[in-house]
Amino acid sequence: MSAPIYKSYMTDALGPLPFCPGCGHERLLKDLDRALVKLQTDPAKVVIVTDIGCIGLADRYFVANAFHGLHGRSLTYATGLKLARPELTVIVLMGDGGCGIGGTHLLNAARRNVDITLIVANNFNYGMTGGQHSVTTPGGAFTATTPAGNIEAAMDICATVAGAGATWVYRGIGYENDLPDRIVEGVRHPGFALLDVWELCTAYYMPRNQYNKKELYNLVEKSGFETGLLVNKTRPEFGAEYRKQSSHLAAVRQLDILEQGFDHALERQTGIVIAGSAGQKIRSAAGIFSMAGMLSGLHATQKDDYPITVMTGHSVSEVNLSPTRIEYSAIDSPDYFLVFSEDGLKKTHTWIGKLPTTCLLMVDEELALPDTNAHLVKLPFGQAAKDVGRLSIGIIALAAMLKQSELFPLAALRTSITRYQPSAVAEINCKAMDRGMALISRTDD
Amino acid sequence: MAQVFIDGNEAIARGAIKAGCGFFAGYPITPASTILQYMLELLPANGGVALQAEDEIASMGFCIGAAMAGRKAMTATSGPGISLYSENIGLAIVGETPLVIVNVQRQGPATGSATKGAEGDIQFSRWVTSGGMPMIALSPASAGEAYELTVRAFNLAEQLRVPVFLLTSKEIGLTRESVDLDAIELPANVERCRAPETADYQPHDFELPAQVPLISDFGGPHVTQYTTSTHNKEGYLTSDPEVIQEMIDHYIAKIEAVTDAIALYRQDMEQGAKVLIISYGVVSRSVNVAVSELRQRGIKVSSLVLQTLFPVPETIIKSALTGVRKVLVPEMNMGQYRLEIERLAASEIEVVGVNKMDTTLISPAEIIAKGGLA
Repeated sequence: MSAPIYKSYMTDALGPLPFCPGCGHERLLKDLDRALVKLQTDPAKVVIVTDIGCIGLADRYFVANAFHGLHGRSLTYATGLKLARPELTVIVLMGDGGCGIGGTHLLNAARRNVDITLIVANNFNYGMTGGQHSVTTPGGAFTATTPAGNIEAAMDICATVAGAGATWVYRGIGYENDLPDRIVEGVRHPGFALLDVWELCTAYYMPRNQYNKKELYNLVEKSGFETGLLVNKTRPEFGAEYRKQSSHLAAVRQLDILEQGFDHALERQTGIVIAGSAGQKIRSAAGIFSMAGMLSGLHATQKDDYPITVMTGHSVSEVNLSPTRIEYSAIDSPDYFLVFSEDGLKKTHTWIGKLPTTCLLMVDEELALPDTNAHLVKLPFGQAAKDVGRLSIGIIALAAMLKQSELFPLAALRTSITRYQPSAVAEINCKAMDRGMALISRTDD
Repeated sequence: MAQVFIDGNEAIARGAIKAGCGFFAGYPITPASTILQYMLELLPANGGVALQAEDEIASMGFCIGAAMAGRKAMTATSGPGISLYSENIGLAIVGETPLVIVNVQRQGPATGSATKGAEGDIQFSRWVTSGGMPMIALSPASAGEAYELTVRAFNLAEQLRVPVFLLTSKEIGLTRESVDLDAIELPANVERCRAPETADYQPHDFELPAQVPLISDFGGPHVTQYTTSTHNKEGYLTSDPEVIQEMIDHYIAKIEAVTDAIALYRQDMEQGAKVLIISYGVVSRSVNVAVSELRQRGIKVSSLVLQTLFPVPETIIKSALTGVRKVLVPEMNMGQYRLEIERLAASEIEVVGVNKMDTTLISPAEIIAKGGLA
């Protein structure tokens, strides 16, 4: 074997490590260094992401890239780094505190399986802030915030991430001589790997709990938590799988370009409200109608109102058409108002009561309307939709309105339907158009 | 005319692709969710990565990581999500991370009217994180402007190594409108200035406070470091008060230095007008209607529409205020940007707000009536 190029990934330029005498972090970092020496990865391709806490002091003692972010969020930066540059070796150092505040990231990193190695320096309390209890503090243990003994259950980090789908999970005591090799295995594992390393906090946890190295070993037995390599399985790594999927997904939907092919006679901005039920394809009909206006050289806006549920409740679309750029898109004084379902009526009831006399209100003949000043026309929209197709009621009503209003040519609506809707839908909607137009009888037809 | 019929959210996604966005992470929230949807659709074919994170905090964390690894990154949310972004925005500021943050504003506070409009996060954008460093915020008024300002937001983020806000609202994000995207003149894409491979590298190196440090991406030629703690130019923790103050001055200076250069606005000044309306966002469209109605009635009125909200384009605002007796500031909040105008207007100028947060648009008639111009 040739001599290693990189003899150490740590620097002593800053003097000794800054931890309290006997703290487990020092040994852990040296074991990480030993692991990196075994791996011989280019330091420029290694990122050590550190969480907040005593272990977060580690970054500047390594000559590899260091990323020291917010408390509990280190796995999120690691995920971004790794997805942006898959060639990086990304190692996260986090305390047991980070497993609490960043619990959701821990679970989701395990589920997602991005190729990150997480080493938890687990010493059962928050050292940096004075020894408060953490999610891993054993039951009964004394800390700054559990003066009469911890009442909460200690979280089994390994079992937790294993339950969330982690593909490589190890637990060990920080004094074990094989830790560098375990870290190497974790880093080489193609997916999320977690090492839960149990350590002594000599500053706080030890004195408060008459605790020592021997007790640390006893704790394993008392806790009933398993040690050693607990999970080692394969599942597609997120980034690799994403890139594979992306190559299949490569086609991008192109925007429909609306070239003017028709003329219009509209002189001012015109507001149209279309009120029906969710599931009646109101938004789609309003969109096709707006685009028909655009094919006629008009400007258009469309906004839709519907409940957060689908296929239930109202669906109301507001369309503006204008020969000039539309600035104010709310419709305070509608010119056309179409209502063809109870849901639509319920939602627009108050509005209908306030409509101006200039508004043409076209409603399904079955609906019982409030008093209104609008010019009311009752038509059998519902019956027509029963004949043509339930989902075409919007087009039926809009075709009727368009024939009545002559806002722009009917041919533009037909073109919009045939050009921008899937052929099966277009076929029905062309029939719906005919049916809607037929509802308006005029002597000049 | 090559018109398309799109909403502001899709315009932002398409603008991001034009800008060279290579990474997007977001968490579903009305009315911003469709940006996540569009990015999931558009990014893979453009060599990028888009994903849904477990929450807003993770969205920002992913983006910061990816941005520091060399990708142009964007995230999108609405008000409640910005609350969760707050701490990481501070990190992006001190780490000098290029990043675009879209806030499709909705009615708040709290969950508010989740599907309804408001523009209530204006000063929240300026003072979004602890420590109170300056932010850049751009505010489009239409889908077309959203498209253009997305590219500009990326450019500013990369040029200045800062997080940049793009402030839209439900009304812009979810209203489809006819727009000719090809007719919009987009600025050339700006790439971050990377440190030469051969030189020694310090992540926050500058001589003059306003200078933007060269960057070396994680995974690039240099070993680099990034930290949330007060740090020196090398990116290492420091407790030296002089160095700490120097870095704080630097975050401020690099934005202040470009205030005039990045001031985007539209001005419609009328000779001899004593009334000025200052607006931004979707409300500016109602102002346009109000202004033409007033002029038809023979009332002289000027209009200044701001697209750059922060840093406050003070030079142009002060110049527009010259000779004015009354300023109207209509806003879909209870008077947030008005604070900036009040501080810039001479004491003899009457500053009047036209404000509501009832989820509906402010109409041209309301601006005229409540502004006392009827």
